[in-house]
Amino acid sequence: MVNNPANQEPNVIRLKGDIDLEHSPGVRKSLLSAVQREGTLFVDLSDVTYIDSSGIACLVEALQVARADGSDLGLVSVSMQAMRVLELARLDMVFPIHDDLDAALSAKT
Amino acid sequence: MSDAPAMGTCDEGLEMLFEARFPARADRLKLVRGSMWAAARMCGFSDSMAQNIVLAVDEACQNIIVHGYKGREKGEILLSVLRTSEALHVRLRDFAPIVDPKSIRPRALDDVKPGKLGSYFIREIMDSADYQPSPDGTGNLLEMIKRMEGAPW
Repeated sequence: MVNNPANQEPNVIRLKGDIDLEHSPGVRKSLLSAVQREGTLFVDLSDVTYIDSSGIACLVEALQVARADGSDLGLVSVSMQAMRVLELARLDMVFPIHDDLDAALSAKT
Repeated sequence: MSDAPAMGTCDEGLEMLFEARFPARADRLKLVRGSMWAAARMCGFSDSMAQNIVLAVDEACQNIIVHGYKGREKGEILLSVLRTSEALHVRLRDFAPIVDPKSIRPRALDDVKPGKLGSYFIREIMDSADYQPSPDGTGNLLEMIKRMEGAPW
């Protein structure tokens, strides 16, 4: 569910598949650990096929930890399925959302 | 002639689409989601509304697993999916301690905190979600209704 290719930016985490009650504990651990290690983090949601409230809660918690530390957490290439749930929760106005990684990295600099 | 309802119908005038009894475990919810999506599509809901209905049912199952059975492994959930010409009815029966419906409060939308979103999703997506008396007075029976798109209410 969490995929970080070796050639990818260190502060990018790619989530894939179903981010549900079964998998969100592992996702939460990875996100919090990455935020504490990297500071500002980008989470690529292009391969997320399903996300529920437990998955959204992981993202919200990581965002809050990042912001408490003066960093931020942005969402990148959000899949239609994930965007639908973010909009339903009206969290699309809370997270910085970027069309792709280039846009995210240029917004950071 | 028997007075028993024909296969696929029940005595309340509702047509049974499917019923499933499954362990109250997180790793079984993917199975529920697949069946629920197919049932919603069979009723004529759009793909995006079918996905929303799947989310609502998934969240209701999660509430049972996390708050009802509190993660105990031996719990069971009985899912019944029925329809009329106007609405989809989803019933979730569990055998956990009885829930006080007043104790379930969705979070305020401006309260950006992890958690409590599940009940909000259920209320936002479904037209109604109410606890009904369970057949034998034990456990809980949640009935969620979603009106068919374009149907009068």
